[in-house]
Amino acid sequence: MTIDLKTVKHISKLARISLEERKAEKLADDMNSIFEFIEKLNELKTENVEPLTSIAETTLRFREDKITSDNIREKILKNSPEKNDDFFVVPKVVE
Amino acid sequence: MDGIMSKKNLEYLIERNDNIYEVVIGLEVHAQVTSNSKLFSSSSTKFGAEPNTQVSLVDAAFPGMLPVINEYCVKQAIKTGIGLKAKINNKSVFDRKNYFYADLPQGYQISQYKYPIVGEGNVILDMPEGQKQVGIERLHLEQDAGKSIHDVDPSNTLVDLNRSGVALMEIVSKPDLRSPDEVNAYIKKLRSIMRYLGTCDGNMQEGSLRADVNVSVRIKGSTDLGTRCEIKNVNSIKFMQMAIIYEANRQVDLIEKGEEIDQETRLFDTKKNETRSMRSKEDAHDYRYFPDPDLLPLEITDEFIDKLKSEIPELPDDKKKRFIDEFKISPYEATILVSDIDTAKYFEEVVAKMGKNRDMKLAVNWITGELFAVLNNKSIEIAESPISAKNLAKLINLIKNGTISGKIAKTIFELMLDGDKDPQIIVEEKGLKQQSDPKALEALIDKIINDNREKAIEYKQGKEKLFGFFVGQAMKVSGGKANPQLINEILKKKL
Amino acid sequence: MTQITSLSLFELIKNIKEKKISSNEVSKSFIDRSEKSKKLNAYVTENFENCLKLSKEFDNKPNFDLKLPGIPIAVKDLFCTNEVRTTAGSNILNNFVPSYESTVTQNIWNEGGILLGKLNCDEFAMGSSNETSFFGNVQNPIAKDLVPGGSSGGSSSALAANLTPVTIGTDTGGSIRQPASFTGTVGLKPTYGSCSRYGIVAFASSLDQAGPMSKDVKDSSILLEVISSFDKKDSTSIDYKRNNYSSDLTRNIKGIKIGIPKEYRVDGMPDEIESLWKKGIEYAKDCGAEIIDISLPHTSYALPTYYIVAPAEASSNLARYDGVKYGLRSYGESLIDMYEKTRSEGFGEEVKRRIMIGTYVLSSGYYDAYYLKAQKVRQLIKQDFDQAYNKVDAILTPSTPSSAFKIGEKSNDPVSMYLNDIFTVPVNLAGLPGISIPAGTDKNNYPLGLQIIGKPFDEQTVLNIAYSMEEKINYKNNITDWWME
Ligand SMILES: [Mg+2]
Ligand SMILES: [Zn+2]
Repeated sequence: MTIDLKTVKHISKLARISLEERKAEKLADDMNSIFEFIEKLNELKTENVEPLTSIAETTLRFREDKITSDNIREKILKNSPEKNDDFFVVPKVVE
Repeated sequence: MDGIMSKKNLEYLIERNDNIYEVVIGLEVHAQVTSNSKLFSSSSTKFGAEPNTQVSLVDAAFPGMLPVINEYCVKQAIKTGIGLKAKINNKSVFDRKNYFYADLPQGYQISQYKYPIVGEGNVILDMPEGQKQVGIERLHLEQDAGKSIHDVDPSNTLVDLNRSGVALMEIVSKPDLRSPDEVNAYIKKLRSIMRYLGTCDGNMQEGSLRADVNVSVRIKGSTDLGTRCEIKNVNSIKFMQMAIIYEANRQVDLIEKGEEIDQETRLFDTKKNETRSMRSKEDAHDYRYFPDPDLLPLEITDEFIDKLKSEIPELPDDKKKRFIDEFKISPYEATILVSDIDTAKYFEEVVAKMGKNRDMKLAVNWITGELFAVLNNKSIEIAESPISAKNLAKLINLIKNGTISGKIAKTIFELMLDGDKDPQIIVEEKGLKQQSDPKALEALIDKIINDNREKAIEYKQGKEKLFGFFVGQAMKVSGGKANPQLINEILKKKL
Repeated sequence: MTQITSLSLFELIKNIKEKKISSNEVSKSFIDRSEKSKKLNAYVTENFENCLKLSKEFDNKPNFDLKLPGIPIAVKDLFCTNEVRTTAGSNILNNFVPSYESTVTQNIWNEGGILLGKLNCDEFAMGSSNETSFFGNVQNPIAKDLVPGGSSGGSSSALAANLTPVTIGTDTGGSIRQPASFTGTVGLKPTYGSCSRYGIVAFASSLDQAGPMSKDVKDSSILLEVISSFDKKDSTSIDYKRNNYSSDLTRNIKGIKIGIPKEYRVDGMPDEIESLWKKGIEYAKDCGAEIIDISLPHTSYALPTYYIVAPAEASSNLARYDGVKYGLRSYGESLIDMYEKTRSEGFGEEVKRRIMIGTYVLSSGYYDAYYLKAQKVRQLIKQDFDQAYNKVDAILTPSTPSSAFKIGEKSNDPVSMYLNDIFTVPVNLAGLPGISIPAGTDKNNYPLGLQIIGKPFDEQTVLNIAYSMEEKINYKNNITDWWME
C-alpha cells in the first residue's frame, strides 16, 4: 500500500501538527518505507489470537474514594504559557 | 409491554402534505457519579468551587501523571446498572477517545468503548396512556472534561479544569422514544432511579445530568431508521423537548423538499430555539479509540456484584407496587408519590407517624394537595419542607379523630408553616378544638332556631334551600369549630 | 587512591561509609570532571550548586544506613524532578519545571542520593542515537563523533566518561541496553511493573520501564534495589516480593539453563557480532551454565509490531503537549491554529514522524489492520518466550546488531535506525527483564554487548549470570579523555 499526500495531510490534521508542503512529501516517503517494513505482519494468520493489551499480568487496582489533593492552583497554572490568576487562557473559541 | 402506545391521540406525529411522520429518539445521558473524589484522581468533585482549585496534577495532565481508579465510582456504576435491570459485565476495558480541545487536558478522554461495565437493560415509563418499556443499550464510565468560558474575556477563551476528570456514567438508550413527552418521562425516571440509589444527584442546574439527543424521523409505519442527527450536551428537559421538536420538523422539511439529511452533530441554541451544525468539530471526528495502556482491564467478580445487589434499596417500580398493595392507593397516586425519593420518604414517614388508625386518602390528599402547593409556591424541594412529616401526620390524625374539621385543618396548616409548629399545640393555644358535644350543639341550634323563627317556618313549608343558612349560622356562632356532621344531624332532627 | 570518579558505586559507598571520603568531595570530583566535559553534551540541565549544598548537608548529618549515602547521581531528563527543569529532550518542554518528583528518582533521594543534573536523551526517548534531542548530539566518550546510542545517550555517555557514578535511563525498545552496549557499560531493563512509571515522561506506556545503568553488574544490582518498588500511583506497578538484589548477588550459576535462540542469527549480522555471541556462550559454559538451543519463532515480527504499538501509544501520550498547560506555545489565530503551530514547532522531525505513524494506525479503517494486528502478534511473541522458559532459565543474545555508528550516519534513514533495536525490542514487547553487559570490541575497538534476558520478575538470575560472565569476560573500557580541554 502507499500513503499519499492527501492522507498525510489528513493525518496531520488529526494529530494537530501543521505541515509545510515540502515536509509533507518527505513524510509521505518516510511513512511509505516504514509501512513497507510493517507490512511483514501480514504474513501471519492471527484470527484466533487474543490481542495483548497489557503485559502486566494483574487486574486493575482500586483506590479509595478519598480527597487527598488540595488546592494547588498556583502550581497548576505556574507553567502555563498564558494564564491569569484563575484560568488557563487560550485563543477565543467560537462554537 | 412492547413499546407501543395504546391510544393513538397521544402519539407525537408530524403531518406534511399527505405524509405522516413519527420521530425516533435515542438518548445518551451523562450522569455525574456521586462521589467525593474524581474517577482517576483524588481531587474533590464539589460543585461551585473557585476556578481551578480542584485540579490535581493528574487532572491537568502533567507529564508522567497516571490514572488510578476510584473504587466507589465503579460501585456506583454497577449499582446504577442493577437499577436499570441491566447485565453487569465481569470484564470491561477503559479506552482513550482522542481529540483536541482546550478543556481536555490529556488530549484524550478516558472512556469505555468496546467493553462497557454495564450492558443491556430497561426502564419502565408511566405514561398517562399506560406503561412503556425503554431499552438501555449500555452504561459506561468516563471522565468529564473541564469548562471553557467564552463570554467573559472578549478576545480569549478561559479554561477551568475543576470538572476535569469527574466521573460520569454515560447511559445510552435504544432508539425507543417517540415523543418529547416520553423523553420527559424517561429522563425523570432515570433521575428518580439514580436518586433512589444515591448514584447521581440528578441536579440539572449544576450539570449533573446532561444528554446528547439523537433524533431521526420516518414515515409512520416504516420500520427503517432514518438518518439521525445528534444534538450535543443539552442540559434541561425543556431544552431537550424544544430541540427535538425543532430538529424533527427540520428533518421532515428536508425530506419533503427531497433533500438529504446529513448525519452530523448539532448544537441547540437556546436563545434562537434552533439546532445548528457544529462544523468546528467536524474535521476532528476520528476518535482513534484504543485501550488505555495506563490502565488494566477492570475485572469484577460475581461476589462483588452480589454484595452490591444486597445493598440496593427498594426502587420506584417496586415501591409503587407496594404502595398500591399495602396502602390501597390508586396507581396514579402511587406514581406521583414514588417519582422522587424524597417525596416517597416523606410519604412513608407520614404513614408511619399516623399510627394504627391511619387514613391514606387524607395523607395522599394533604401531601399532593396542600403541601405540594406550598412547595411549588416557595420553589423548594420536599426535603426542605417547612412542615415535617411528623407534624403533618399529627394534623391528619386530628382530622381523622374528629378533633378538628377539614376547614380548621387548613387554618392550622397555615400556622404550622411558621417554624413547623405542632398542630396539637396550635389547637390548644387557639382553642380550635371541634365542638362535638351533642348537648352543647343542641343548645346552640335551639338558640339559632329561636332567633330565626320565620326562616324555620319557611323551611318547614318546603323552602329546603334554607337548610344551608342554618348550617352556616351554626358554624358562624361556633367560630367554625362545630362538628359539621353533628350539626347536620341535629338540624335535621330539630327543624 | 585511584581517582574518585573512576571508582564504582560500590567502592564509593564503601569509602563514604568508612569516612575515607566525604559526600562533598565525591560531588566536587564529579562536578569538576563534568565541567571539563562539556564537549560531550551529556547534560541538559546541571544541578551542581544544589548538589554541593546537599552533599555538605549530608556530611554534616550523615546517615550511613542509607543505600546511597550522599552519592551524587545524574539522571536521564525523562524523569520529572521537583523544581528542576525537565525537558524530555524536547523544545516543547524547554522551560518546564515540575512541582513533583518521579517515584524512581524519589526512591534514590530517599536512600541518600543527590541530584547531580539532568542528562540528554532523544526527544521523548524516540531514537537510538541521541540525535533527535532538541539539545543536540551527545558524544560517545569511546571515540569522537560516535553516537552514544539512545535514547538514554546522555546517560550512557556521562556514565562511560565518569561524569556520574551510576545513572538511570528508561527503556521502551532498547533505550537502556543499546546505549550501554555502545559505551561499554552495563544497562538493565527490569520487568514491566518493577519500577514505577509515575513521573516519567511517557513515550509508550505499555513498554516504558526505568532501569539502572552502571559501570559494572554489582552497581546495577545496588541501584535496582533502590529504584524498584511497588507504587500505588501507577496502576501497572506490580506488588511482589523484590529481592535484595545486591546482597543476593552470586557467581554461582552452576546448572542454570541458558537458551540460545536461533532466530537472533539475523541476515547481514557482522561476523564480529556472531563471534562475540559464540564467545559469550563459551563464557557462560565456563561459569557452569548449561547451554540449550531454543526457538523464538516470531522474532522477526517484533520490530514491525513495535513500530505500530509504540507510535500508537505515543501519538496519544503526546497529545497533552498542546501549548495550554505548560511548555511551548506558538502564536495562533484560533485555538486549532495555535495547536498546529505549537506542535509543529515544538516537536522535532522524528517525534512528528512517530506521532503521524501512530495516528495513522489508530485511525478509522486502519485500527484492525494495524493496531489490533500488532497486539495479536505481540501475544505470539510473548508466547514464544513463555514456551522457551519452560525449558530454560534465561536467554543469551547479542545486545545490538552492530557497534556504535558515526553521528549522522543513519539519521536520514529511519528504517535502518530502527533496525538497531532488533534484539532489544522483543524483550519490551514481552515485558521481560534484560541486561546488556560489555563483552568485547569490534575491529575499531568499539564496545559490543551481550544481552541476558530473564523470566518475568527474575532479575536476580539475570544479574547473577551477568555477574558471573562479567568476571570471565573481564572487559575494560579504554577511554582517553579526548574531549577534555
Ligand atoms: Mg454522544
Ligand atoms: Zn460520553
